Amino acid sequence: MNSQGKKGSETWGLVPIAVFLIIWEVVSRFHVFSGYHFVPPPSAVMGEFYRLVVAGDLGVHFLSSLTRVVIGFCAGSIAGFLTGVMMGWNEGAHRTFHPIFSLFYPIPALGWLPLFMIWFGISEALPIVLIFVSSFFPVLYNTITGIRTVPKNYIRVAETLGASRYRVLITVILPLALPNIFTGLRLTTGMAWRVIIAAEMVAIPTGIGALLMKAQNLIRIDIIIVCLIILSVMCLAFERFFLFAERRLTGEWSRHV
Amino acid sequence: MSDITLSKINNFACRDVSLSIHGGEILVLLGPTGAGKTTLLNVIAGLCPYRGRVHINGHAIDHLTAGQRNVGYLFQDLSLFPHLTVASNVAYGLTVRTVSRREERVRELLALMKIEHLAERYPGDLSGGERQRVALARAIAPAPRILLLDEPLSSLDFRTSRYFMMEIRRIQRTLGITTLYVTHSLIEAREMADRVGVMCEGRLEQVGTVEDVFIYPANERVADFIGPPNVFDCEGCEVLGRGLVEVCCGGNKVIVSYSGGAVGKIAISSRHVYVSTEKPPGPTVNRFRGVVEEVMASDLETRCRIGVGNMTVVAEVPQGMYEERALLPGKEVFIILKLKWINVIEGEGVVDGSDY
Repeated sequence: MNSQGKKGSETWGLVPIAVFLIIWEVVSRFHVFSGYHFVPPPSAVMGEFYRLVVAGDLGVHFLSSLTRVVIGFCAGSIAGFLTGVMMGWNEGAHRTFHPIFSLFYPIPALGWLPLFMIWFGISEALPIVLIFVSSFFPVLYNTITGIRTVPKNYIRVAETLGASRYRVLITVILPLALPNIFTGLRLTTGMAWRVIIAAEMVAIPTGIGALLMKAQNLIRIDIIIVCLIILSVMCLAFERFFLFAERRLTGEWSRHV
Repeated sequence: MSDITLSKINNFACRDVSLSIHGGEILVLLGPTGAGKTTLLNVIAGLCPYRGRVHINGHAIDHLTAGQRNVGYLFQDLSLFPHLTVASNVAYGLTVRTVSRREERVRELLALMKIEHLAERYPGDLSGGERQRVALARAIAPAPRILLLDEPLSSLDFRTSRYFMMEIRRIQRTLGITTLYVTHSLIEAREMADRVGVMCEGRLEQVGTVEDVFIYPANERVADFIGPPNVFDCEGCEVLGRGLVEVCCGGNKVIVSYSGGAVGKIAISSRHVYVSTEKPPGPTVNRFRGVVEEVMASDLETRCRIGVGNMTVVAEVPQGMYEERALLPGKEVFIILKLKWINVIEGEGVVDGSDY
């Protein structure tokens, strides 16, 4: 598909959203459902969004959540990547650590919450550690899979051409494992936002999740919808970012593999 | 030019393999699938464990890693790095060895392989023949002492593989590099080899010239793989020109390729004698009417001894064909001796039409 066609199809994708918003607005304005406040129209939601931005409330909560996600996600992903490289490349490391990690991997990130609340208390460390855990395992296992599924003959070719083990890792294995690693990162980024919202709703007084809880207590459905839209947009934006980065790094060749 | 000597190589697939490859020659290692041919290449390249000794120019290389052995290896699946362009693939061995004048060397190799126009393409964009050239260029880029080719033509169609055989020959001659070429194709062995080695079940059964191996198989295993030969004395001959000579054997006139010299005998493997119960259409060159004298059947194939004039020809036919066509003793059949598979053995026999 050429770029003009692609652009056209993306524009066409906005049409159903516009139709949905119009129907929502009409349904809400004409009180199809009982109670205007239970289904506020999109115009009211946008108005509230504007008011929260101008007042600075939304910015504070959003930045708190974003900071936690970025720190936890980066730390968890880097740790997962490095551990994954070690376990994927070194059979001894794999045999040693795999049994331990396979024990912890099935535990859902929020399952750790009670334990971490006791260990770390209600502090900034709590959501960051939760996101760290939720990011670590998907990146770890996708990195291991990516490395271990590189065909052995590529490694043998590089070795016969004189490459050292380290050089083979850097120039052959990691580039070929990139598509798998990026799959892990894309999975993880959505997970990180879901985890932070849940953690903030339960235990942290600031952040988008906390704002959601406050809005629920005040039965401010317009604010709830603003928070959900922000969550959706952020998940999408992070995923798109990694998709873009993956295409930039592997796009030239991965379509042929 | 590097001589290679293998002494008593043993591992999971090779049994007591000893072999000398002379500097600058192409030795074709022939054998059925699972014979241990690829493993022997891996032994030389240092990619698998083994017991025994590998020497290059008299120096033992057993203690060296794959990277230190300076061996060019063309893998059967080519294994071009999909994330690197053609130029980067070819340059890989030069980059890791930090060779100077890298770009110039890559340009030279791309020109030698006639693929300069593909330099910035990725392997996924290339045809089978182009990929083959890139892989070969990459293997020879660091100027290896030995070139190991593992069934390099297996993924190519017949026409492309014929062309590529000539190209490999040309490049090998240009570089004068000692080459070990693995295949299970008799055609490739015949076309490419200075000498042929036949491996069966991990053992090197015979090493010799194409003529030695194809016409005088050392034992039953080699004969089973090559097909037992038919060797006929030349009673007289007439040069036809255009590289052909008509040879008289047992009262039959057989046309064979001729490159000068005295024709002593002609030989053809039983596998290359075509048998038909109906008269084949087309010109009657090298086609004879005969009678089945004896049938020797096995599970996979059947050998028929067919009397044609005063000569007896052994032909190998697939089991299904034998049953379908009821090739029983006394049955009249037609045979075709395939021209390209007839070997001429020079001797003190007849040279030209004066003796005919």
